[in-house]
Amino acid sequence: MSANLRLTRPLTLSLTLTGPPMRYSVFSLLAQTLKGHKGWQPTWRDAVPKPEYDVLVIGGGGHGLATAYYLASRHGIRNVAVIEKGFIGSGNVGRNTTIIRSNYLLPGNTPFYELSMKLWEGLEQDLNYNAMVSQRGVLNLYHSDAQRDAYARRGNAMRLAGVDAELLDREQVRAMVPFLDYENGRFPIQGGLLQKRGGSARHDAVAWGYAHAGDRNGVDIVQNCEVTAISMENGRAVGVETTRGPIRAKKVALAVAGNSSRVAAMAGLRLPIESHVLQAFVSEGVKPLIDTVVTYGAGHFYVSQSDKGGLVFGGDIDGYNSYAQRGNLPVIEDVMESAMALWPGVGRIRMLRHWGGIMDMSMDGSPIIDHTPVAGLYLNAGWCYGGFKATPASGFCFAHLIARDEPHPVAAAYRLDRFATGRVIDEKGVGAQPNLH
Amino acid sequence: MRITCPYCGARDAQEFGYLGDANPQRPDGMDATEAAMHDYVHLRDNPAGRHRELWYHGAGCHAWLVVTRDTRTHAIEAVEVARKTKAGAAA
Repeated sequence: MSANLRLTRPLTLSLTLTGPPMRYSVFSLLAQTLKGHKGWQPTWRDAVPKPEYDVLVIGGGGHGLATAYYLASRHGIRNVAVIEKGFIGSGNVGRNTTIIRSNYLLPGNTPFYELSMKLWEGLEQDLNYNAMVSQRGVLNLYHSDAQRDAYARRGNAMRLAGVDAELLDREQVRAMVPFLDYENGRFPIQGGLLQKRGGSARHDAVAWGYAHAGDRNGVDIVQNCEVTAISMENGRAVGVETTRGPIRAKKVALAVAGNSSRVAAMAGLRLPIESHVLQAFVSEGVKPLIDTVVTYGAGHFYVSQSDKGGLVFGGDIDGYNSYAQRGNLPVIEDVMESAMALWPGVGRIRMLRHWGGIMDMSMDGSPIIDHTPVAGLYLNAGWCYGGFKATPASGFCFAHLIARDEPHPVAAAYRLDRFATGRVIDEKGVGAQPNLH
Repeated sequence: MRITCPYCGARDAQEFGYLGDANPQRPDGMDATEAAMHDYVHLRDNPAGRHRELWYHGAGCHAWLVVTRDTRTHAIEAVEVARKTKAGAAA
């Protein structure tokens, strides 16, 4: 080994692109196959920040990248940057359990999540990127007469809003997923509410796809660029100070769920949000076991299987304020107990890993897409633990708000002032207690 | 995470229920403005770092506690009985 090997200058990766990143197709794949896959270019440019932009999106997660893409592709605003403190996709877009669905009850929510589902359905063609969207169905189990009635009501509300929903009895559920514990002494499975169009997507590829498509539309993606202050002139947000220098912008948009309170505080705002940690889990890879998404009705637990073979589990948030991106053991125990109660056979499989992400838990369990009291500053926040499925519609509606200065019709209820006016959207009906949503 | 209850000693966090930030003070009944009540019910500082928060020892002595904890590391700095501390005052 050579002990005196030193770099004489910082190691930097410089990439010279002759044009925008390539378009992916079966022909580009064939051409690259013949060339030994040596001609692939980066999926997006790692941009250096310009001094000024028309719109500056803070947060290079799914929602921020989607916002920038829709600003450029739908509203013709191409002088846009997304700035991210780490690398894109390092936050919650890569930490969730990848479920997509639109099975919401309340009028403020249903049309929004249905728009998101429709955008998911055309996402890969729109972005020219394989996000592995899989409409394998989402099945919510019920275990009592009262819960069946509640799910029937939810299903009817969904169908009235044009969303697909089917109420299944026990035998219909058994035909789909025969291996569950139907005769469980305490919580026997009585049936389920099925949304066939629901399913899952590959979460990293959603971030990469929006980055790819945004970049092709001229969006600058600036990584390792943390905001340290929001620049104000005459009460108006005019840009940001960052670890890579100041950047001016005509409009500044926050898409930093998990850290919304911290960034909004830079503009003097206090939000109706607490940050909480949510854990997720994946087992060792196994052969195909479950070809849909099942949620347990007698506890907070759900399971699906990734294309790599791992069973993906989710459950409750830990329940206390946290920015730690890691949780504690009681929730792990609770999730595994629910897994064993629903599906005893899963006990033969080993848990591989678990991780945590930081959620913006809002005071009514619903998100915020709105202007702020600060002119030029727009807010996309409060996604609780349901932000992934919302990614396309969140970006679509936030871009609409930023470009036109009026809310998109399906996101018009997601106002910041709804807490003061009493127009809260509380799906669970638990009140202003974020750790219960 | 373990919380050292002043009455029961170090106990697993599972024994406790969480309410939230200990600093907001409920405005005085009928005199409060809507804005003040909104502020109390909905708005939070939500700091990354030192946080004074209310926990209830439901599986133990049933005492309400004010726990000072770092939200970045979960390290607990102090635990006081809520009745004996004036919530909202500096710890």
